[in-house]
Amino acid sequence: MRTLAKMTWLELKLFLREPLTVLFAFALPFTILFVMGGVFGNESDPDVYRNVGAMDYYIPAYIALVVASVGLISLPTHLATNRELGVLKRYRASGLPTTIVATSQIIVTLVIGAVSAVLLVLVGIPVHDVVAANSVPMVLLGFFVSGLVFASLGVLLGAVLPSSRAAQALGVMLWFVMLMIGGAGPPPEVLTGTLGTIGEWTPLRHTIEIMQDGWLDLDPGNSWLIAIATVLLASLLAVRFFRWE
Amino acid sequence: MEQKLLPDGMATAISVHDLEKRYQDLIAVKDVSFEVEEGEIFGILGPNGAGKTTTVECLQGLRSIDGGDVSVLGLDPRRDALKLRQLIGSQLQESALPDRVRVWEALDLFASLKQGGSSWEHLLKSWGLGEKRDSKFSELSGGQRQRLFVALSLVNNPQLVFLDEMTTGLDPSSRRTAWDLIRRIRDQGTTVVLVTHFMDEAETLCDRLVLFNGGTIVAEGTPESLIDRHAGQVRVRFTGPPSGLEWLSDVPHVAGVIQDGTRYEVSGDGPVLAHVGAALVSRGLEPPDLRVERATLEDVFLLLTSNSETPR
Ligand SMILES: Nc1ncnc2c1ncn2[C@@H]1O[C@H](COP(=O)(O)OP(=O)(O)O)[C@@H](O)[C@H]1O
Ligand SMILES: [Mg+2]
Repeated sequence: MRTLAKMTWLELKLFLREPLTVLFAFALPFTILFVMGGVFGNESDPDVYRNVGAMDYYIPAYIALVVASVGLISLPTHLATNRELGVLKRYRASGLPTTIVATSQIIVTLVIGAVSAVLLVLVGIPVHDVVAANSVPMVLLGFFVSGLVFASLGVLLGAVLPSSRAAQALGVMLWFVMLMIGGAGPPPEVLTGTLGTIGEWTPLRHTIEIMQDGWLDLDPGNSWLIAIATVLLASLLAVRFFRWE
Repeated sequence: MEQKLLPDGMATAISVHDLEKRYQDLIAVKDVSFEVEEGEIFGILGPNGAGKTTTVECLQGLRSIDGGDVSVLGLDPRRDALKLRQLIGSQLQESALPDRVRVWEALDLFASLKQGGSSWEHLLKSWGLGEKRDSKFSELSGGQRQRLFVALSLVNNPQLVFLDEMTTGLDPSSRRTAWDLIRRIRDQGTTVVLVTHFMDEAETLCDRLVLFNGGTIVAEGTPESLIDRHAGQVRVRFTGPPSGLEWLSDVPHVAGVIQDGTRYEVSGDGPVLAHVGAALVSRGLEPPDLRVERATLEDVFLLLTSNSETPR
């Protein structure tokens, strides 16, 4: 426990000492809000956006999106860099268990994701006149599960990808593809055919839905189940295929 | 812990029987057997690529083993790796820390792995890192990094510590300091496995050692016994008259005489220096530069590793 606390605190400090990563994590919410928010108003349209206002739809979706960026890009890049440099081998030789290495990464993702999400909400609600969250506990729970989804996927990517370059390239690509077809860009209702089907299967789609369920008081579908299954599966695979060297 | 007792009552810290390790088609280590006793500095020597790092990393459970039996502190590194790593310290030949981690943060993290915690301030001082306490890893010189890794390997007060090329990158004075510290660690009861390709280091530090070449052990013993056994000849040198010393070859223990003008080199064994000295003085010769050159571990090393076909 003490080691986990120290490791997590150290990883948080390391994250904050990386200027580019910090800039990315904390500037991203604003970029998204002002670029994307400018495109859509906040009118509700019965055909798209789960029948709520565009920005009411997007704010919870963007929360999922910023958490995804930390989990899919920063985390795997950091883990893979540590493997490439021999840091993980150093940890292993000192008897640091995989669980501590992975758990500290997951906690860091949740914390950074939370800060990023709070920035997004603080700016987004007044600027775009977004409705306040319907159920704060449900939103917090949704955030927690979304964070776990992307953190566990991030650990999995970081656990198996051979180099930091590979991790970064794949992370950015996955994140961007999910943004486009997972429901954080064009409304999911306008995506038809294969793209729409693939979009249905992206983890982002389900984390967006669980964030929206609590925020907008929508009927929860099976997204919660799928999200939790994703966490379990990714964690199992990460533990199974974790490479120290 | 089931530890086998040696006849003289010393416990075995490590025992290795017929260790074998392959990387695809390459046989990196084969037929390697040795025992390390508790409380000694045990050297693993050999040229680059001889299989030293492979062997010690197998012992730490960092690499899988393809054959043979190993027991470290009574544990099998294949099954009890995590438990074993609590008891040992390890300085790897190649490893790193995140660039932006500070020296004290690394020590603090690794110290927390010890049950009940462990103090690390004294290590900063003894390994000359006091001034670098708040420096980032990326700001350290090669030698400072190396010393930090040794300090990290000791931070859990291990029973046994593996040091793989510990003094690579250290300047001569830091090397001496490191040697003193390693002796002190041994004197406090920690068993030390020292991997090195520096012969002077092995000769001054190691109680016993094995010499690796081409993945197998080609010699083992104390530094002195290895020198005696494999390069036991002693060379006596002095300056004398250009002629009239033909009797030298009849002096006891003399094996050969090489003359180059006024310079003589007499080779022989054991007490040859005393006999040559006495013979010279009894004939009225008192060369002021009479000196003896004993072979060093380096001679043994060169002799036994010059080709991989060297007989045992
Ligand atoms: N991970 C590895 N994969 C493939 N070959 C390796 C690996 N590690 C070491 N080797 C090879 O095994 C042999 C022994 O290497 P090593 O144990 O590092 O020797 P030493 O430490 O004595 O210099 C060398 O030929 C080296 O190239
Ligand atoms: Mg080596």
